[in-house]
Amino acid sequence: MNGIVVHGLGAVSPAGWGVAALRDALAAGAPLPTQPIARPGWQRPLHICPAPPPPSRPPFLAHARLRRAGVMSQHIVAAALEALGGDTARVQSGALRLGIVVCMMAGCVTYSRRFFEETLQNPVTASPLLFPETVFNAPASHLAALLNSTAANYTLVGDEGVLLQGLAVAADWLAQDQAEACIIVGAEELDWIVADALRLFQRGAVHSDGAGALYLKRGAPESGRGVELARVTDSFPFTAVQSRHDAAEAMRAQLSASAAGELLYCSALPGTASHAAEQSAWRDWSAPHRAPKTILGEAFAASAAWQCVLACDAIQRGEFAAANVSVVGTNEQAIGTRFVLRESEHHP
Amino acid sequence: MLFPPPTPPSDPHRVVVTGAGIVTALGAGWRANADGFRAGRTAFRPVTLFDVSRQRCKIAAEADLPADLPVTRLSQKAIRRMDRATRMLLLAAHEAWVQSGWSPGGALPLVLGTTGGGMALGEAYLRQALQSPHALRRQATRVAGYQAQRQALDVLDALGFLGPVTIISNACASGANAIGHAWEWLRHGRAERTLAGGHDALCQLTFAGFDSLQALSPAPCRPFDAHRDGLSLGEGAALLALETLDHARRRNADILGEIIGYGATTDTHHLTQPHPDGDAALAAMTAACRRAGVAPGEVDYVNAHGTATPQNDSTEAAAIQRWAGARVTTLPVSSTKSSTGHLLGAAGAVEALVCLMALRGQWLPPQRNAATPDPACRFQLVRDPTDAAVNVMLSNSFGFGGANASLILRRWP
Repeated sequence: MNGIVVHGLGAVSPAGWGVAALRDALAAGAPLPTQPIARPGWQRPLHICPAPPPPSRPPFLAHARLRRAGVMSQHIVAAALEALGGDTARVQSGALRLGIVVCMMAGCVTYSRRFFEETLQNPVTASPLLFPETVFNAPASHLAALLNSTAANYTLVGDEGVLLQGLAVAADWLAQDQAEACIIVGAEELDWIVADALRLFQRGAVHSDGAGALYLKRGAPESGRGVELARVTDSFPFTAVQSRHDAAEAMRAQLSASAAGELLYCSALPGTASHAAEQSAWRDWSAPHRAPKTILGEAFAASAAWQCVLACDAIQRGEFAAANVSVVGTNEQAIGTRFVLRESEHHP
Repeated sequence: MLFPPPTPPSDPHRVVVTGAGIVTALGAGWRANADGFRAGRTAFRPVTLFDVSRQRCKIAAEADLPADLPVTRLSQKAIRRMDRATRMLLLAAHEAWVQSGWSPGGALPLVLGTTGGGMALGEAYLRQALQSPHALRRQATRVAGYQAQRQALDVLDALGFLGPVTIISNACASGANAIGHAWEWLRHGRAERTLAGGHDALCQLTFAGFDSLQALSPAPCRPFDAHRDGLSLGEGAALLALETLDHARRRNADILGEIIGYGATTDTHHLTQPHPDGDAALAAMTAACRRAGVAPGEVDYVNAHGTATPQNDSTEAAAIQRWAGARVTTLPVSSTKSSTGHLLGAAGAVEALVCLMALRGQWLPPQRNAATPDPACRFQLVRDPTDAAVNVMLSNSFGFGGANASLILRRWP
């Protein structure tokens, strides 16, 4: 036992707002419906799988910092608040020192694209309201402002695996007492420019968006039964001397060898180089395995966050005693993590 | 294994610098930059990299890059596809690597700070996607190269090590956060050596963005001047080869200096404006001092964030004053952004390296263009080249989103 426990989960996904919607979509097992998105200069649209609007206007949108914030910031805040649950007020009052780690690959791309289009048209009239929202750490800043959190706050950038790196950073902060609790969020937002770029590398892949959040603390689960972060493997980058296959195998070697009573969440979409490497690395896995991207689409760091959220949720609900999350990313690294059921020794 | 970590040492390891590489508008390499910063040279000129004819500001500190990159393990094809940001990153990484005397092979963490990665490639992608929607030539290369992880992987491939790569994008504090994060890793026994720093190249989106905010000065910036009217942008990269003192001693490495403190906090006041009282800046400096085990009175110089925007400089001056107490009136402070502009994600790394150079050479970096120091700044603004006996220096980096970081460096005997 290492004492880093998952105290809360949150999600906004194409399945809806909340972890329950995500869980139900995975249980249904069918790819979610796509929508067309216009691609300038093309007759035919691209197809995307967006997170739906919230069922009702979230109260946090009344906060001054979120009035102009992009959709990704809204998703990040919603997922984080769901994960924080009853601790939100403690953080806001200053009673709980919260570290924030937000992870992304494409980042605040909608505002970046809009601002640059305005710049190309006429830089004199490019909107100063848009530019600050283009910065990678704008969503993490909004979340900190909403939570009144002045502790450490990192925005990490990378492929899907960056979310797992974020888990390790947060666990380190907790272990070193740099924070009393940490929220880790993986998020991406939709834009035609990303869907256009994705098509160049993963033909047939559907771009999606949303966020997933995990809330970590040190100590025992409050309800007597909870999920422990058991390990995060090394990150194995794809380099000239370490192929995608080698990296995936190295990641696999640091995760569980036994499969009984365990679950595996895989990352890669069929037909990609990462999928072949991931399949090869897990070829001996005979227990249940799931691939959320086939249902939810490709949302990079958010996808990895959903994998982790679903893994923890399955353990919390008593479906499995442990779950491995395998991420063989788009263009950077193979990395994995493992969550296990933890029951408090003093709980009746 | 990233988690759980190895058993930490009973006392945190000391962390030393054994290699450093730098590219700015003052030149490529330690010597050109040390000479330039020591003299307080300025390096601003009309922007040539993109069209600024319709912008209010028309200058920046553009770097002149050497025609050829150093010979590494990268193929000519890989080098040809490199953008400007990656070239600067590679130049700095190679210099740090060679100076450290490290050998290729094995795991070696690379921690980078950047705000834009290869943003110029992203701009080129969007331009072509809009102007020639059916033309795909080079688009895949642009998408791949635009991403900061591709640039980091190029460094791994060039120098022959396996990472892992961590990329922190905390706006203008990114470079300082990267060094601080690497420092934490080494202190707690996560690795024996790391390569850490930051890089950012000038690009049209960022230039237009700061201009849209009217944050750019039409003239070279004047940090802490009473008549300051905005920042100047620059570009560059700085990388530090960091290792534990034990590791450096075991291999008889030349030690350039020591990193002894790091503090990171968040200012929640506004997305682009610091709280006027400078609470978060004060907290970052205080945390760095606490972890370094030094009092403000023991700090011989502060390399200020000093962007030359009215708000940043007044807030930072207030924070320094609160932090330094009675010492403030004799505390030497300057902003080297007056020489090379604001390097955004590279700024914290470059400015830490300026401190390292000054500690090695026993001088204070001047800023020559503050003709009328703001009377609100009660510290000693270093305006002329000055030799000085200096032992400990603090470097501040404050970014959009309220990302604040302070690093403390100590002279190596």
